[in-house]
Amino acid sequence: MKYLHLIWAALFRRKTRTLLTVISIITAFLLFGMLDAVRTSFANIGKNANGAERLQTGSRLSFIETLPQSLYARIGRLPGVKAVAYANWFGGAYQDPHNQIFSFAVSPNYLDLYPEVQVSAAARQAFAATRTGVLVGAQLARKFHWKVGDALPLQSTIFPNHEGSKDWQFQIVGIMRPKDSGGQFFNGSVLLHWKYFDETTPYNHGTVGWYVTRVTDVNQADRVAKAIDALSANSDHETLTQTEQAATANWIKQLANVGLIVGSIMGAVFFTLMLLAGNTMMQAVRERTSELAVLKTIGFSNRSVLAMVLAESVLLLLIGGMIGLGLATVLLPVVSAGSGGALNLPPVNAGSWLLGIGLMIAIGVLVGALPALRAMRLNIVDALAGR
Amino acid sequence: MKRGLTFLANTALLAGLAGALAIWVALPWYGIAALALLFALWMALARRGRQAASVTAVGISTLGQRLGSSAVIVIGIAGVVGVLVALLAMGEGYSEELRKTGSTETAIVLRGGSDAEVTSSLDRDSIIAITQEKGIARDAQGRPIASPELVVAASLPLAGGGPDDIGSVQMRGVGEQAWALRPGIKIIAGRRFRPGTRELIVGKSAQGQFAGLRVGSRVLLGNQPWSVVGVFASGDAMESEIWADADVVAGIYHRGSGRTSVGVRLVSPQAFDTFKAALQSDPRLQVTASTTLDYYSKQSQGTAKVIRVIGLTVGTIMAIGAIFGALNCMFAAVAARAREIATLRAIGFRGLPVVVGVMLETMLLALCGGLLGGLVAWLMFNGYSASTLAANAVGKLSFEFAVTPALLWSGLKWALAIGFIGGLFPALRAARLPVATALREL
Repeated sequence: MKYLHLIWAALFRRKTRTLLTVISIITAFLLFGMLDAVRTSFANIGKNANGAERLQTGSRLSFIETLPQSLYARIGRLPGVKAVAYANWFGGAYQDPHNQIFSFAVSPNYLDLYPEVQVSAAARQAFAATRTGVLVGAQLARKFHWKVGDALPLQSTIFPNHEGSKDWQFQIVGIMRPKDSGGQFFNGSVLLHWKYFDETTPYNHGTVGWYVTRVTDVNQADRVAKAIDALSANSDHETLTQTEQAATANWIKQLANVGLIVGSIMGAVFFTLMLLAGNTMMQAVRERTSELAVLKTIGFSNRSVLAMVLAESVLLLLIGGMIGLGLATVLLPVVSAGSGGALNLPPVNAGSWLLGIGLMIAIGVLVGALPALRAMRLNIVDALAGR
Repeated sequence: MKRGLTFLANTALLAGLAGALAIWVALPWYGIAALALLFALWMALARRGRQAASVTAVGISTLGQRLGSSAVIVIGIAGVVGVLVALLAMGEGYSEELRKTGSTETAIVLRGGSDAEVTSSLDRDSIIAITQEKGIARDAQGRPIASPELVVAASLPLAGGGPDDIGSVQMRGVGEQAWALRPGIKIIAGRRFRPGTRELIVGKSAQGQFAGLRVGSRVLLGNQPWSVVGVFASGDAMESEIWADADVVAGIYHRGSGRTSVGVRLVSPQAFDTFKAALQSDPRLQVTASTTLDYYSKQSQGTAKVIRVIGLTVGTIMAIGAIFGALNCMFAAVAARAREIATLRAIGFRGLPVVVGVMLETMLLALCGGLLGGLVAWLMFNGYSASTLAANAVGKLSFEFAVTPALLWSGLKWALAIGFIGGLFPALRAARLPVATALREL
């Protein structure tokens, strides 16, 4: 630590070069911060504590098949089940049929299973009392300037109402706000009453798309899931029950191998970065050959010279990396806000910071190793003579 | 005063640079070829040009001594181009897979207001009316080549996964004219299904994605056992589907006589307008028709755009890093050759040839980097197969990364642009170097 000023002086001996290298490192870690945020957000979907307690039950045939509503009471009676709710895909679109909105027809207690979503008590009451009432996500409301009390016309892309028209009229009775990242999904959703939906469309016939079950004990989740599936075994509506976590993981796996894509990009970026920073360090040590020889002459040990060069390269990486990750931390919320809800990037979390700092130190040591060894092995006489 | 002037000059330089980049991005290949030709002529014929050529030659001959820093430029730019081309190739492959599924000779009819087969449904009366319209081609027996089709999602275990790894596949129930409608479908193993039976044929990609889809095996779909009797190849998005008789699928999935869409073969591509007009003027129908080319191109738009934006964002950030890497290396190169450059200036070489020499050297390295990156992307990713849940469909869609010449070309353009910016400032420094000071150094 007492040599810090010496290392610092060495680092800024050539200001332009250090500055340019630092900017390259900043961009690399900016990219790392952003991509790692995307990766962790995909890896963490459904992995919250609430998600582990919830089971999703859908048709075993395919995700577009429906289930009878009669299962509701039967699932509710199973031991280990705390609460059960159900929902249907409504397929609503606002103003333009291409402008699709996540909209679901849900049972009255649906939100009880999602404590990560915050809805005021008054809004819940209004929702329960209004047949055509809907709850809308805060982000959606902001995007389309919806207010509580507004009439909301939605076109269903699938279901006509009893008049045969696909235009449905709703009334906004409340706003849903996610309490944490686990409830983000509700930010862009619209919930309507399943009962109203079922009675109004001639095509639903009392069926539901999926059930959500909250178990009393997380460790019993597998047993409860099997018990739910056993209810309809060998019927014409067999079910498949998974924890929310497993269901989402399966869905993401089918969507894309996010980890592989992010991993390959970061591999290419860091490989390039190592070459670049390594080259800078090599140049720095080569130029300072005589200075290093002087240091050794006045009594610096081989080991402390090695340590000083290593420290210099780690410091270089840390300066650039910290600024880069910091930039990513600041920029991500800005990008998310700027995209108007199209992109929901989470902020850089502590895990990414730790991984990033680990990478900075590792890369710093790696690129510093060769120049540092060279500095350590320097022969004083040769170096001073400029040989 | 002097400071102010330098500041003004630098600002003008940056503005000029931004303008040049904008033009560069928009320039088609023949524009760049003409530019290169003009430049070559200048170097061969004009006096300054010949001077520039000799400065460049000197610079390039010393590249060997600066192998490390030259490699940084080449590899740095190769990284940018490689990642950019690979990401764009993913989007390109996805769009291409869907685009080639469609043609202008066939059309698809959906319920009015529907964007995709998933959200469409047509009743029996509509289907009969649609198949009677003008503009539909007829087969040798005089029947219209139109196939009412029913698309459902089916869950199947994924290949290479555990028992709970279930994926979704798009199952298409087709009418008897499906083969005439899509002559590109080739049975590569087994045979076609027999109408009216629970037999199905599977697409080549679907067979790879899901477990247990071999010819002769039985699978459980819609709670009924089906036998797989054939495998088909079509080279497009259909390969990710499984096919069976529409009536059987409708029976098992409780769809009655309703279907999701009607595919028709047109008399000619020009007949589409007639066909569409006929549908619109028919009071019994509320449907939308589009050529399958239009339909499938539209399906890929959203996803392709997302991939493109991601690719360009990542590419831009990486490019900024690479520009600073190149700047760093070229400043070092200019500093190392300060005496040499000053000598040139002292014996009468003017500023311009020196600038051109340094820039050409950087751009040559950038070109190498671009070629290397493009080559690596092409070797690693061309034809690399991936799959995703397609937007507006209900099953997995397999596609192959397509590293097209156009993508490689735009990768090279990026590389040269990075080289241009990375070389410009060091080149200007070299030209502004005070001759006397530089000669006295060392």
